[in-house]
Amino acid sequence: MAERKEILRDKKIRFDYRSAIPSLTLIVALLTEILIPNHMDAKYRTLTNFKSVLITFTVVSLLLLLISIFHEKTRNRYVRKGWFLGGTVVFITMLNLVTVKLLLLPQIYFPSINRILNVYIEDKNLLLKCLISSFTLLVEGLLFGTVIGIITGILVGWSKNWNYWIYPLIRILGPIPSSTWIPLTLIIFPTSRGAAIFLIAFGVWFQITILTSSGIQSVKQSYFEVSSTLGATNLQNLLFIAIPDALPSMFLGLFNATCSSFVALMAAEMFGVKAGIGWYINWQKEMIAYSNVYAGLILIAGFCYLFITVQFKVRDKLLSWQKGVIKW
Amino acid sequence: MVDTKSQASCIHSHTGNIRARDISKEFIRPDGEKVIALSNLDADIKAGEFICLIGPSGCGKSTLLRLIAGLNEPNSGDIKLDGQTIKGPGYERGLVFQDPTLFPWLTVHDNIAYGLKVRHVYKHKKEEIHEFIQLVGLKGFEKSYPHQLSGGMAQRASLARALVNHPKVLLLDEPLGALDAFTRMNMQDEILRIWKERGTTMIMVTHDVDEAIYLSDRVFVMTPRPARIERIIDVNIGRNESLGRQRDSGDFLQLRSKILQILDFTGKVQQPEFYL
Repeated sequence: MAERKEILRDKKIRFDYRSAIPSLTLIVALLTEILIPNHMDAKYRTLTNFKSVLITFTVVSLLLLLISIFHEKTRNRYVRKGWFLGGTVVFITMLNLVTVKLLLLPQIYFPSINRILNVYIEDKNLLLKCLISSFTLLVEGLLFGTVIGIITGILVGWSKNWNYWIYPLIRILGPIPSSTWIPLTLIIFPTSRGAAIFLIAFGVWFQITILTSSGIQSVKQSYFEVSSTLGATNLQNLLFIAIPDALPSMFLGLFNATCSSFVALMAAEMFGVKAGIGWYINWQKEMIAYSNVYAGLILIAGFCYLFITVQFKVRDKLLSWQKGVIKW
Repeated sequence: MVDTKSQASCIHSHTGNIRARDISKEFIRPDGEKVIALSNLDADIKAGEFICLIGPSGCGKSTLLRLIAGLNEPNSGDIKLDGQTIKGPGYERGLVFQDPTLFPWLTVHDNIAYGLKVRHVYKHKKEEIHEFIQLVGLKGFEKSYPHQLSGGMAQRASLARALVNHPKVLLLDEPLGALDAFTRMNMQDEILRIWKERGTTMIMVTHDVDEAIYLSDRVFVMTPRPARIERIIDVNIGRNESLGRQRDSGDFLQLRSKILQILDFTGKVQQPEFYL
């Protein structure tokens, strides 16, 4: 019997119970949604967005289940996420129960999932505009901050003279929260967009400068010695030894910078701009439209996730030589 | 195996004699105390010679090597390579440390190619890389990263990286110190083979008396306080077919006890710091 089990495990075509967890939980969620009626006092109780989404996901999960029986690679990846996906669906189902089904929470602050989903349909165009606006603002701020940060980081880390003049400046200016600069930036920059970009770039610049310079300063002296005896000039030592060796540290700086740039983005969108996710969330909060606030929050979370994921992919590609050394 | 190109470089590398006159070197310790690493040292090394520097720690042997490499400057006196005073590091003086110090972000191939690339001669000499990879027995590992290599393999790669520039002098700072006994003996023969093939002047720092006798033409026995060359021993033992010496011959053992005696020379009771 044990032998047969072994053979089954080695087979390419195999069913793993974990790949069925998402489908099962989704079916339970769908049944809950269909069979339990919405509370009589709930607002917008006739919306069916959640049901459509659940049906779509159930179909997708069943397809994945089918594929993962026959395709080993898909199975391995899907199975690992099985419990997590199932848990997420259970959580959402419970949310569905306590909000629109049983109305245990005040519905003004805790709107039903249907209403949150409905925001994406009703505010589709505005949200898209906001997303594009936030995206361009963030990318421009990150780009400026990163480029200037890398340059100052290298100068401070490499040259004693630059270090003497710039380092104290970094120490004084760096830790000041971006948002405290708002009054000043509004005077200095002709457009509020320029001010917003500056605020984001500033935080990014600080993080990247610090980690680039410390990365360069902590390069092992013996690397430079070997490189010099192989015929490298000073500039070559910087380009081919110091910078590659500091790259992991620079990426850590970029990661920190990306995280803090989202904070700066929210602050920057509080003034001047007429679009953006941060602006949208703020505006909707003032109108006590909490379903819209949640919709915005979910968008920014996804946005953040996407940004970091792309960054990790680039990093893993560039730093393949030290796979598994740094983990986040 | 030996083509015209490497023969030509053999002839070229028959320059490489070192002449050090009256060199002194002091260091200031972090606590402000002055440490004399070398005082009034003279040394002559002929082109194509294999020299071992031996002595307890603190006798200035690594300092001497670093001065020849140009990584430090002497406080007084000067060192000449083929009549030219050494000023700063240069590719004609290759250096290998005890720690292989391969650049972890480069593959074995790119590590070895590094010297050619920074000197802008990579395009003409690309093929030589493979020659050197073959020479140190790393064929098939070209695309590996340093962290994937064993200690012995990493040290071979680091040797090849220094050799690719055809240095006149190869400076070896305890290159085999971190290896196990078997790898160590293999590497000794490997170094001798490379020495024979390329005719490079070899200057090697070691703690190991046996290693010094096995490899070198002359052994510089150094002593600390004051740091200087106490005695120069000619190793007048015939080399066997792998160019090393018969390790258990009477001459070998006699020379060994002679060197050990010099190292323990002063008659003062003192704890020997060297490893045997």
